[in-house]
Amino acid sequence: MSTIPNFAPAAAEILLLALVSLVLVIDLYIDQARRALTYYLSQGTVLLTVLVLVNHVNTAPVFTFSNMFVDDTLGRVLKVLVLLTVSVVFAYGRQYAEERDMLKGEFFSLILFATLGMMVLISANHFLTLYLGLELLALAQYALVALQRDSARATEAAMKYFVLGALASGLLLYGMSMIYGGTGSLNLQEVAQGLASGRVDHVVASVGLVFIVAGLAFKLGVVPFHMWIPDVYEGAPTAVTLFIGSAPKIAGVAFFVRMLGEGLAPLAHDWQQMLVLLAVVSMALGNITAIAQTNLKRMLAYSTISHMGFVLLGILAATQQGYAAATFYISTYTLMALGAFGVMLLLSRAGFEAEQLNDYKGLNKRNPWFALIMLLVMISMAGIPPSVGFFAKLSVLRAALDAGYTWLVVVAVLLSLIGAFYYLRVIKLMYMDEPEDTSPIGGDLDVRVLLSVNGLAVLLFGILPQPLLSLFNHAVVQSLR
Amino acid sequence: MIDFSVFVFYAFAAVLLAAGAGVIVSRNPVHAALWLVLAFFSGSGLWMLLEAEFLAISLVLVYVGAVMVLFLFVVMMLDINLDRLREGFWRYFPVGGLVALLMVGELVLASLSKNFATMGRNLPAAPADYSNTRELGMLLYTQYLYPFELAAVILLVAIVAAIALTLRRRTNTKYQNPAQQVRVKRADRVRMVDIASGETAE
Amino acid sequence: MPDLQSLLTVAGQVLHHPLVWTLLKIVLIVLPLLGAVAYLTLAERKVIGYMQVRLGPNRVGPLGLLQPIADALKLMTKEIVVPSDANSVLFVLAPVMIIMPAMAAWAVLPFSPDLVLANVDAGLLYVMAITSMGVYGVVVAGWASNSKYAFLGAMRSAAQIVAYEIAMGFALVGVLVMSHSLNLIDIVRAQQGPLGLFNWNIVPLFPLFLVYLISGVAETNRAPFDVAEGESEIVAGFHVEYSGMTFAVFFLAEYANMILVAALTSIMFLGGWLSPLDHIPFTDIALLPSGMPWLLLKTAGVLFLFLWFRATFPRYRYDQIMRLGWKVFIPIALVWLLVVATLMQAPLRHLPIINIWFH
Repeated sequence: MSTIPNFAPAAAEILLLALVSLVLVIDLYIDQARRALTYYLSQGTVLLTVLVLVNHVNTAPVFTFSNMFVDDTLGRVLKVLVLLTVSVVFAYGRQYAEERDMLKGEFFSLILFATLGMMVLISANHFLTLYLGLELLALAQYALVALQRDSARATEAAMKYFVLGALASGLLLYGMSMIYGGTGSLNLQEVAQGLASGRVDHVVASVGLVFIVAGLAFKLGVVPFHMWIPDVYEGAPTAVTLFIGSAPKIAGVAFFVRMLGEGLAPLAHDWQQMLVLLAVVSMALGNITAIAQTNLKRMLAYSTISHMGFVLLGILAATQQGYAAATFYISTYTLMALGAFGVMLLLSRAGFEAEQLNDYKGLNKRNPWFALIMLLVMISMAGIPPSVGFFAKLSVLRAALDAGYTWLVVVAVLLSLIGAFYYLRVIKLMYMDEPEDTSPIGGDLDVRVLLSVNGLAVLLFGILPQPLLSLFNHAVVQSLR
Repeated sequence: MIDFSVFVFYAFAAVLLAAGAGVIVSRNPVHAALWLVLAFFSGSGLWMLLEAEFLAISLVLVYVGAVMVLFLFVVMMLDINLDRLREGFWRYFPVGGLVALLMVGELVLASLSKNFATMGRNLPAAPADYSNTRELGMLLYTQYLYPFELAAVILLVAIVAAIALTLRRRTNTKYQNPAQQVRVKRADRVRMVDIASGETAE
Repeated sequence: MPDLQSLLTVAGQVLHHPLVWTLLKIVLIVLPLLGAVAYLTLAERKVIGYMQVRLGPNRVGPLGLLQPIADALKLMTKEIVVPSDANSVLFVLAPVMIIMPAMAAWAVLPFSPDLVLANVDAGLLYVMAITSMGVYGVVVAGWASNSKYAFLGAMRSAAQIVAYEIAMGFALVGVLVMSHSLNLIDIVRAQQGPLGLFNWNIVPLFPLFLVYLISGVAETNRAPFDVAEGESEIVAGFHVEYSGMTFAVFFLAEYANMILVAALTSIMFLGGWLSPLDHIPFTDIALLPSGMPWLLLKTAGVLFLFLWFRATFPRYRYDQIMRLGWKVFIPIALVWLLVVATLMQAPLRHLPIINIWFH
């Protein structure tokens, strides 16, 4: 009755878990002076996992572990993106963490465990694994935010994050239990079949759906479930904000696509309406509130909220084109977020956080190259051609348009015009104002090179978006039916 | 006359609800924690009634035996001022009450619908040599192997996180090294001094 | 007017009603248990007395045999003092909370292959779950007394009991792996074999036996782990405010727990009711065959160890107790669990010698 499951599709996850455990143990025996070894081991872990992932790509989805795990092209692509993002996070965050006495083994192992959670989430084909992956990710994130425990701000942020995150998990579980009660299954395909058969009571299904969408919205941070985002972004150490603001967003979108696009696809008509509402208020509130911010971390937090609204535009189209656009959008957003926080980390030094907008005054005079990088990132976030952000916005808008939401597209374009204001203000501060602070800008060579590549990639993919776009189209077509 | 098991069900359910209410309304946090223990116990009784012995006993073992003890431990040490916690209760009551009403309404709607009612009605009777524990173990290590391992990883992360957030090596505390204490030799502690009679030690 | 015949039938029916019948069986277990507790206190004083070269109680009755009765009478007639500002409901409830699990655990303890109140499949788990509840009595007593000494004692005790419960639980998992069952009768049966006492769990699980026995001493707050009531430091610990019958109940529970741990040790590791002489020719007729007397003998033997420990060892310091529990016993138990699980694997368990125990 019991057969050994096929472990091969999950090779990357298993390898990552084994290597993280190894790093955890090795780190115990390393003294603080040689903590860099943990850094290199963590980077090695991430890159090895990437190698395993790209080594072999299936053309059709492969299921294993009693159909709880799915290995498909979309999953592989998103996992590689998550891992590369984490690798960049390590590189950018290392010096910052070192200067703030945070460079402990836990900084790396918790991020790696969170990465494992994201990979589980991306490959989940079952409510149970979706939930467990999410919790693994969230638990590591709560601890990361609180890692600088003598900072009252960080502790408060962690507390808020934890309480609201737990509430969101509760909502999600409640919704899942409703769907389970209706369909009698937790497996995404079986849930979809059960819902499509029309035997499920509509009241049960829609009550469950409301709770699931609310829980998902909480995790992704869209209005009206966004309260935690600004506080956590501001309160967490910037290296942790960099992590929280990048890779988990990719996993969050994967969660939306798996849950709504696969499991609850027959209820698309219901959740489309909910997402329309969420998207509009997110874009409006995010863009308008961001204008009033003087703290760059807080401004980027509200900018995230508006970007998540745009991602929802792609998802609510409920078409393959829409899902491809949403994943494309979130990948480019991650690239931009890495760039913005990367510059912020570069400007920060021991005892100084470059998080006020005024800290960026006259950056062009201090360091024209990184001012240019920041400029590229900002115009990309604003969605101005020829940056990749423009094509990202274009693809989600086109998906929404094709799905028949013309008025929504008009609203979105108007709101993104409002949003462009605060991005351009950063550029104005950098180029038109005189610097208040003239201390030299540090940063190791590897970080400088990586950050330059990061900034130029925003431009490069803006000029040549087609390969990336077709990669996501291809992945979605191969993975979702 | 009603069936005995039905009677037991209502008894446990009534105690469970009363205990749950006790958790919320008692003014003393220690009382609230003890009410919660009673609630767990009644819940375990309900599970026992469903012939899920393993889960029922695990609930008592884990929650009553370990988690709640530590909880009580902390609650007793903290001097929680409930009156301050209750400030603004009536201000938030309308909103909270509305949400609660909404939830109750949804629950009633959902559980009234036909899909929940038909489930579990025609469960096959368990064979005589059926062992709840064995079946659970079989499922956990075959069909649910993957989520089971994931849960283990989550616990590991919880341990790592808890230690990372609380371990503080103080530099000014003195502590003993038992290994050194055990390895001590007479020569480390006792010095033999030859003292001629009539003189005093230095 | 009903005649005698029908009266007897009715009485028989009442007696055979499951509820009445079970209650009767409970009384049959609890009464001897209480007697055993009473005489265990006498035995303790006598044994320690002889170890310290004195006579122990010898005034009440022949050889002091009526001493426990006199003690009980004295405690019953004393006044129950409830301290002012104490939480009176919980103050009275605490002794009940501590004696209840100490008694309830006996429900699944088999005295012989077919002498058990409830033959539960998950008996081992039941015992662990029920005994883990005893700590509430201690904690609540300490808190409800509204006294600093009592509170400190309760804190110490709660941390200690929770710590050692984990080690104990792991030791019992080893037993569970060996016997493939949670049923206590099956656990004893699994220790039956051609080698007599060498088939008992104590041989393959010797480290776990030590962990269990010592943790058992710590669980029951007995010397040398009795810091919870360390009279030299915190007067009498959690029950310092109790007097009269309420105090007697704490006392009763402590000794009932001791007997329980001793009986469990006998069942889990020492072959329960199995005779060690079963496979030595001719001895089974001349001496006791397997059965309840052997279980009682083994229990008494383990209880003697408890008394012996008390007379021998000085009290541990509190941090040393915690260190022993967390950093020594739990790792030992885990490692040995791994060893046992490895030896139980198919290729290994068929090897000679190993297959004596691991099958």
